[in-house]
Amino acid sequence: MENLTYPILGGLLIGLTTSFYLITTGRVVGISGILAQLLFNKCRLLPLLFIAGLILGGSAYGVLVQPSIPFPEMRSPLLLIISGLLVGYGTRLGGGCTSGHGVCGISRLSIRSIVATMVFMATAIITVAATK
Amino acid sequence: MYAFVTFLAGLLFGLGLAISEMTNPAVVIGFLDIFGDWNPSLIAVMGGAISVGMLGYWIKNKRFSPIMSKEWHVPNLKHIDRKLLIGAGLFGIGWGLSGYCPGPGLTALTNNPMEGIYFVGALIIGSAIHHFQNVLFRK
Repeated sequence: MENLTYPILGGLLIGLTTSFYLITTGRVVGISGILAQLLFNKCRLLPLLFIAGLILGGSAYGVLVQPSIPFPEMRSPLLLIISGLLVGYGTRLGGGCTSGHGVCGISRLSIRSIVATMVFMATAIITVAATK
Repeated sequence: MYAFVTFLAGLLFGLGLAISEMTNPAVVIGFLDIFGDWNPSLIAVMGGAISVGMLGYWIKNKRFSPIMSKEWHVPNLKHIDRKLLIGAGLFGIGWGLSGYCPGPGLTALTNNPMEGIYFVGALIIGSAIHHFQNVLFRK
């Protein structure tokens, strides 16, 4: 069980953040949506600040936590590009990703988000099983 | 102040991803690999995040408005349509291929830059295709 300590702590911090952001700004944390705002909105400062913070916080990896599993070696660019295209297009078409639907949507028991999360979990699990 | 709160939220969210190792695609693929050597960590992450997230909505429902804004901006859509299902389906395939969803993909720009550049470049193009498709062929 001790190997779940960091996942639980990280998860609690993620939930604390979405709640803090909700109560202060009234908004949902959805990374795919915030990225789209940065790319296509007229007001870019706020999404830029959020994503700068996200990258900075996410880079604390090597500083804070000893990686239990190493990062993968550089994989095929083609795989990464196809993956990025599907994630970019799919999250916009479906209106959310793991944060917007998976965390914030399920937290407020949104039917759309619960269905979306079940669908993307299912296709992700099938994809991993098929590509191993 | 609003700008600072936005930056802080991004920072804490990124820290949460890093502490839970969701920034590492090898960990994410290990979770999705339920028929293989399954690593249950993402359930702990989601469980922790959703339980505290629910507390946030409980507080929200007791308040008239957010602290720094006049009104709530929480999505209120209810219908399940083809777009939701196809979009979520495609997203899951992309997520399973690399182990990157949008947040961890962005943090890969610094954690694993050789991979991050390809993934984020394509992520932006994928979002742009959807955006311009909407602009050109508005339903």
